[in-house]
Amino acid sequence: MLPHLLKQAAESVVESVPSRRGFLKAGGALVIGAALPLPAVAAGPAAGPRIVGPPDPRPQAFVRIAPDNSVTVLIKHLDKGQGTTTGLATIVAEELDADWAQMRADHAPADSKLYANHFFGLQGTGGSTAVANSWDELRMAGAAAKAMLVAAAAQRWSVPASEITVAKGVVAHAKSNRQASFGELAADAAKMPVPEKVELKKAASYTLIGDPKLHRIDHVSKTNGTAQFAMDVRRPGQLTAVLARPPLFGATVAKIDDAAARKVPGVVDVLQVPGGVAVLATHTWAAMKGREALSVTWDESKAEKRGTDQILAEYRDLSTKPGTSAARKGDAAKAFAGAAKVIEGTFTFPYLAHAPMEPLNATIQLTPDGGAEFWAGSQFQGVEQPAVAGVLGCKPEQVRINTLYAGGSFGRRATPSADYMVEAAHIAKAHAAKGGKAPIHLVWTREDDIRGGHYRPLFVHRIKAGLDKDGTIVAWEQTIVGQSFMAGTTFEPFVIRNGVDATSVEGAADMSYEVPNLHVDLHTTKVGVPTLWWRSVGHTHTAYAKEVMIDELAKAAGKDPVEFRLSMLKAHPRQQAVLKLAAEKAGWGRKPAEGRAMGVAVHASFGSVVAHVAEVSVDKAGKAKVHRVVCAIDCGRVVNPDVVKAQLEGGTGWGIGHAMRNAITLTAGKVDQANFDGFEPLRMSDMPAVEVHIVPSDARPSGVGEPGVPTAAPAVANAIFRATGTPVRDLPFTKGGLV
Amino acid sequence: MVKLTVNGRALEVDMPEDTPLLWALRDGLGMTGTKYGCGIAACGACTVHADGVATRSCQLPIGDAATMKITTIEGVAASGKIGKAVQAAWQEMDVVQCGYCQSGQIMSAVALVAENPNPNDADIDAAMDGNVCRCATYVRIRAAIKRAAQLARA
Repeated sequence: MLPHLLKQAAESVVESVPSRRGFLKAGGALVIGAALPLPAVAAGPAAGPRIVGPPDPRPQAFVRIAPDNSVTVLIKHLDKGQGTTTGLATIVAEELDADWAQMRADHAPADSKLYANHFFGLQGTGGSTAVANSWDELRMAGAAAKAMLVAAAAQRWSVPASEITVAKGVVAHAKSNRQASFGELAADAAKMPVPEKVELKKAASYTLIGDPKLHRIDHVSKTNGTAQFAMDVRRPGQLTAVLARPPLFGATVAKIDDAAARKVPGVVDVLQVPGGVAVLATHTWAAMKGREALSVTWDESKAEKRGTDQILAEYRDLSTKPGTSAARKGDAAKAFAGAAKVIEGTFTFPYLAHAPMEPLNATIQLTPDGGAEFWAGSQFQGVEQPAVAGVLGCKPEQVRINTLYAGGSFGRRATPSADYMVEAAHIAKAHAAKGGKAPIHLVWTREDDIRGGHYRPLFVHRIKAGLDKDGTIVAWEQTIVGQSFMAGTTFEPFVIRNGVDATSVEGAADMSYEVPNLHVDLHTTKVGVPTLWWRSVGHTHTAYAKEVMIDELAKAAGKDPVEFRLSMLKAHPRQQAVLKLAAEKAGWGRKPAEGRAMGVAVHASFGSVVAHVAEVSVDKAGKAKVHRVVCAIDCGRVVNPDVVKAQLEGGTGWGIGHAMRNAITLTAGKVDQANFDGFEPLRMSDMPAVEVHIVPSDARPSGVGEPGVPTAAPAVANAIFRATGTPVRDLPFTKGGLV
Repeated sequence: MVKLTVNGRALEVDMPEDTPLLWALRDGLGMTGTKYGCGIAACGACTVHADGVATRSCQLPIGDAATMKITTIEGVAASGKIGKAVQAAWQEMDVVQCGYCQSGQIMSAVALVAENPNPNDADIDAAMDGNVCRCATYVRIRAAIKRAAQLARA
């Protein structure tokens, strides 16, 4: 998400993190202090962390050390499975020289001043930025906390601080044979001045960062049922709400008959709110039954009524016409005139739902000050606070958000409109207007999720490429057609330049392959289907179109797909190295097992590079099966190698599963799918063996959660192409009968 | 009032008999380890054991569950050696990502290993295909089931 911002911020990241001195002063309190009886943080999701304020400098911004010897890192980035709590806790633990067993992680409260994502300028998680963003500030926080522990020990033992060592959570003075735990020193350490300067450890002395055996911090709570997700929040007296939303995007409520719904046992109220009709009940099942019994007549006069077949036909037509220029280098027309071979292809990509395992939900309690307290798997606090404040007529800081583990997101929980939080606020407001005081838990059903829009946009790419007599690409012309999910949002000024939404063309307009004549055009369409970033954003389609086309060109040129790519990546040594590593580990060039073919793809995204090699068979009936996938990544310095591997395994499955058989389609404006029966997810029997190899690097950490997605599907498609001779240009594969 | 036996405890819940066990557990009894994912038995997130059989609790009305011994994720470790082995293998191999589906995955895996002490890949595919993981932790689930079977046999 927001890769353009990431790119913009990449160079200024050091500046955007406050200077060490300024940082430590401002965040002085980041340090220790947890031993103090400050009311700022009450542990546990039920009570939830709260902001009390406005103390400045605010205590406990990032690290709390308690008398029980626990070290808690406050995590400003939502952990939706990508391992952020583990990663950020590791960074602090390393500089603190803590023992991993004493580390804890809690999501930070909502506060864009204190917890802004430095790439976005507000609190939010996305764009695979969590580690890259926190790398500096959390190392400094850990180092400052350690310095204060050492200072406290030096004072207590009357010895020079320089003689004190810290290792595995023990502060020791060898000469006098004394030692103390962090917990024993916490109260005294909190009284020490915040150091003006801290020394960060050299990478060679890291013991936790880079340790492949370090366990995830959530690996126990997520295997015994105790991990708290937003869906599990149970506030005293809470009501569950489900919302009847229009069957067509853009339709509105015309008439409600709620007599039958109100008779369902457990249903407490039915409320019309912006966006639909809410049914409130004492438990979830009753709310669902109540909604089934509800009769709503919808005004569809302004609704989107096109089906996806029609939209696709319109896009195909547009793809043959010039659009707004996104990249223009050289003279493609002239180069095509002199080309020995020209290949042209149209690629189509469907709408896709995110469908995280935990459906969207949030609990809201209005507070006496006119604000509200939320419990949610909140991903975009800096957007949600002002959006909800707009509904309730309060200040953004009066919207307090307790962030809990999220059961997946893949981009869905972060929306520029704060959609589900705003819905919850409207329902709570309508409930309060009738004298209600209950906390409201808004729950989306799976049907709401699959039919709720905010999809990866439907895209069409038309690519025309020319080869000279030596098999070198001399011209590349690409026309991209699809909706912009940035247009009309607060992000538009940063993302849309000269009529081009950077997220629609990323990975295409800045194509890494060296092509002397490159033209990329964009048609931004207007369709009433809400769309959104989806794990790896524009790269979900640009990498596929590019990498599948490259294999067609390699074949036409009579060249090996890996060698062909390497020859055009001379200016990109990281991509070359990653591609070579994946090819070598996969046994590229050796004859694959009987009946199998290999395909390859490489792509740079979110500051990282990933290559995939897929081994696929296609049976006599034409059905493809993915057996083995080898991937390699360069993501800079690796904090948790096993988490990186897990993200690549998962990213591979995500890429392959959706390419195989997923599409959201519409007939006359109505979504055809409703649940996991129609939007059939990747399952165990679909999952290939996955090997992950990491390029060692001491560069700054870059993205991991998303970069594993873009190359997985084109590697599989290219293997199918090798097996069948037919390029796979239309997704999902079911369209070509391959699955 | 419907009487239920959950994790060896006799409990009562004040909900209609056609209420799915899933919602009785989560909303009636406050046992939120069992998850809602789809409501149509297509994802397996709500899997519990009903008399030892892996069962989608979103499809089992509490009126029918009343005579059964129900085991949930909260009680599976105490239910025996296999429950403990599966949880231990999951932890050893850091299977989880978002973790939301893992209660159901573990309940299905425990039932598989109880029935088949040495499952191969095809057995795992057959037993686990009903449990969706959108994070695609399948590679590790497969490895962890084999590890758990090993631990349980030891």
